[in-house]
Amino acid sequence: MGTDSKRGKKAARSNPFRRIGNSFSEFGKRFTDGSVGTKLSHFIFGAGSFYHGQIVKGIIFLLIQLGILAVMIFCPSINNTPYGWKALVNLSLKNAFEGGEFDPATGEMAIGSDCKLMILFGFVTIALIFIYFIVWNLNIASSYKADNDKKVGKKPTTIKEDLKELLDGKFHVLMLTPTCIAATVFTILPTIFMIALAFTTYNQQDMNNLGTNLFKWNGLQNFAAVFTGEGSLGFEIKNRFLPVLGWTFIWAIFATLTCYFGGIILALLINKKDLKGKKVFRTLFILTIAVPQFISLLAVRNLLGEYGPINSLLQSIGWIQEPIGFLGLKATDSEILAKIMVIVVNMWVGIPYTMLMTSGILMNIPTDLYEAARVDGTSTVKMFFKITLPYVIFITTPYLISSFVGNINSFNTIYLLTGGGPTYPGYQAGGTDLLVTWLYKVTIDQGMYNTGAVIGIFTFLITATITLITYRRSKAYNEEDTFQ
Amino acid sequence: MSNNTNKKYRSQSKNRRISLIVTYTILAVMAVIWLIPLLWIFISAFRCEYQPDGTFIGRVTSNFFPRAVGFENFRLLFTETYYGVDHAFVRWIVNTLIISVIDCVISTFLVLSVAYCIAKLKFKLRKAFMNITMILGLFPGFMSMIAIYFLLKSIGLSGNPSHPELSLVGLVLAYSAGAGLGFQIAKGFFDVIPNALVESAKLDGCTNFKVFWKIILPLAKPIIIYQALMSFTGPWMDFIFAKVIIGADNAKYWTVSVGLYSMLFGTHPDTNLFTQFAAGCVIVAIPIVTLFMFLQKYYVEGVTAGAVKG
Repeated sequence: MGTDSKRGKKAARSNPFRRIGNSFSEFGKRFTDGSVGTKLSHFIFGAGSFYHGQIVKGIIFLLIQLGILAVMIFCPSINNTPYGWKALVNLSLKNAFEGGEFDPATGEMAIGSDCKLMILFGFVTIALIFIYFIVWNLNIASSYKADNDKKVGKKPTTIKEDLKELLDGKFHVLMLTPTCIAATVFTILPTIFMIALAFTTYNQQDMNNLGTNLFKWNGLQNFAAVFTGEGSLGFEIKNRFLPVLGWTFIWAIFATLTCYFGGIILALLINKKDLKGKKVFRTLFILTIAVPQFISLLAVRNLLGEYGPINSLLQSIGWIQEPIGFLGLKATDSEILAKIMVIVVNMWVGIPYTMLMTSGILMNIPTDLYEAARVDGTSTVKMFFKITLPYVIFITTPYLISSFVGNINSFNTIYLLTGGGPTYPGYQAGGTDLLVTWLYKVTIDQGMYNTGAVIGIFTFLITATITLITYRRSKAYNEEDTFQ
Repeated sequence: MSNNTNKKYRSQSKNRRISLIVTYTILAVMAVIWLIPLLWIFISAFRCEYQPDGTFIGRVTSNFFPRAVGFENFRLLFTETYYGVDHAFVRWIVNTLIISVIDCVISTFLVLSVAYCIAKLKFKLRKAFMNITMILGLFPGFMSMIAIYFLLKSIGLSGNPSHPELSLVGLVLAYSAGAGLGFQIAKGFFDVIPNALVESAKLDGCTNFKVFWKIILPLAKPIIIYQALMSFTGPWMDFIFAKVIIGADNAKYWTVSVGLYSMLFGTHPDTNLFTQFAAGCVIVAIPIVTLFMFLQKYYVEGVTAGAVKG
């Protein structure tokens, strides 16, 4: 009964239509009920603040409004690409406003225009419009609050009180603002920008061939290329997408499980009762975590290389005649061997890490469980499978998921060890390339930004599906705020 | 009867001893396997072999142990001109040091402030903020990397022909700007600090800022150290972001990892630079490993918190 009413409340709160309806009626209320200042605030930012004598606040609001409006109207430009309303028009990538580079005769853009900046600045402008409305709302809310304060006989807050409030009741605003701004500029905006590129013809090779640096929107064609093989990299993406995807999954599954169970076993060995030198062993393994990955992986790469010590050792004891290409660095090397080797070397990288993590958990397993099992005469192996493993898996499920996702995006191991090789002649994606390393090659090396963005979006869809299905069901997520 | 139990005990202790010996052996073998590549880089750094005609052998050789040792690689590393830059290695080290110190301060501050808000304050968009962060974390980092490069380039903080040094500012921004989104481990730490502590301080008239400054931060020393360690070592380990944002032809402003990687696998790789590469690795690895070893306790604490919280 109690849970039922709780659920009902939750549904009402999360119903988006009702929420929008509520906020609209609130907007209306503020306009009709508010003082002259509040009403004016709907058009001139800070009017309400001036009306209530909050001069500094009013000036800040007004400056923000004037600043954003100035950008929108006067369209300042960087690298010949404008912001403001022209940027919104430019987003269409047609009939762009471009200093002297827009050719009025053809109605098309001329060579020299920078389409990627047009898209980027278009999104920045949209973000500015969002900010405009957020500040608009804040300025009305501030004035409305002052109205209400006056009604109950309080004085409107002074700027000093407002600043003090930032350290107390609104402390989260002060603390989260830097991250929100930084994340918007350096994470959200770039992500949206790259998603947008997936729907364009932005492809350095095509542009070079045509002798232009213009590109256009082309809808879902890049995604369709996975099936049709059309477009300049369509051949590659059609023939290599499924093999790379399959290998990414195989890699992620093996890399996660081998490191996970290897780490647990290593932790059990190190934490064995009566074993001396626990600290020494643990420190030795932490040492391999502490060494930067590019050093340790490049060391392994050279160690296993054609002229490296391992190959010459095997040759000198007569096991092999020719050096073995362990890591698929040449096109003729075995692909299967390279795949096995990256998983093995990855164990070398990952096991100490899991060991470290599970050590603490293993020590927290209630000892009475083992005592009871020992009294019943359970064998050590059985205890491992019936007590230790279930306990550790239960606690570390979130880690297992995040490490699986991490392995799907595991760039360093592949790039530094095999560079994606053995290569397939005529293709970018080699035998051990994951989606991310392929994405890197396609974009950074080849300038195929649209294809790269398509690969990136597919990677996101995969990781997002896995995470959402498993994570949202997990205890860690659902009881996240039990501490609160 | 008593004889019987004695026997049982003796066989049990014998079993235990055998299993201990087996464990020691396995651990010893594993330790050797784990250390060999690192040991090899270490001794290669001191290798000092010459051809019969007197030229220095810097490439990978088939012998694991060097035939002659010396400090020639280190001397070359510090005096040689790489990619047309005098004392390139010293410059790379200084660049990386500057970047990592600034990144460390900014990132740690951002992470702590976000983690505290999410863990201990109640506000309207809290859950929404967490969900958005989670979704953003699922995009491959390289996807946004290219866009960040374009963005920085458009404001002159990357690939600026008249001020190439501004790329370092761009790189610091790229490293630290998103740091606040990685608040999960620190939040897990703050979650465990009892709310009663916060509540009672508030009853005594403490503002949220004072609670954070006077109560939470002193308790958060382990997680501060963990975050600082992570963000300080980040720039020493990353080379992809640095390579893209600073640019392949801007060798003067590379970070040390980009420089070392380029020696062996860049656009002008030189296999004869291997031992100098190894010497560079040793110089980079020693301070970082020392730092890790000193702060091991805090590192392990952070990692364990991450395991449970995901």
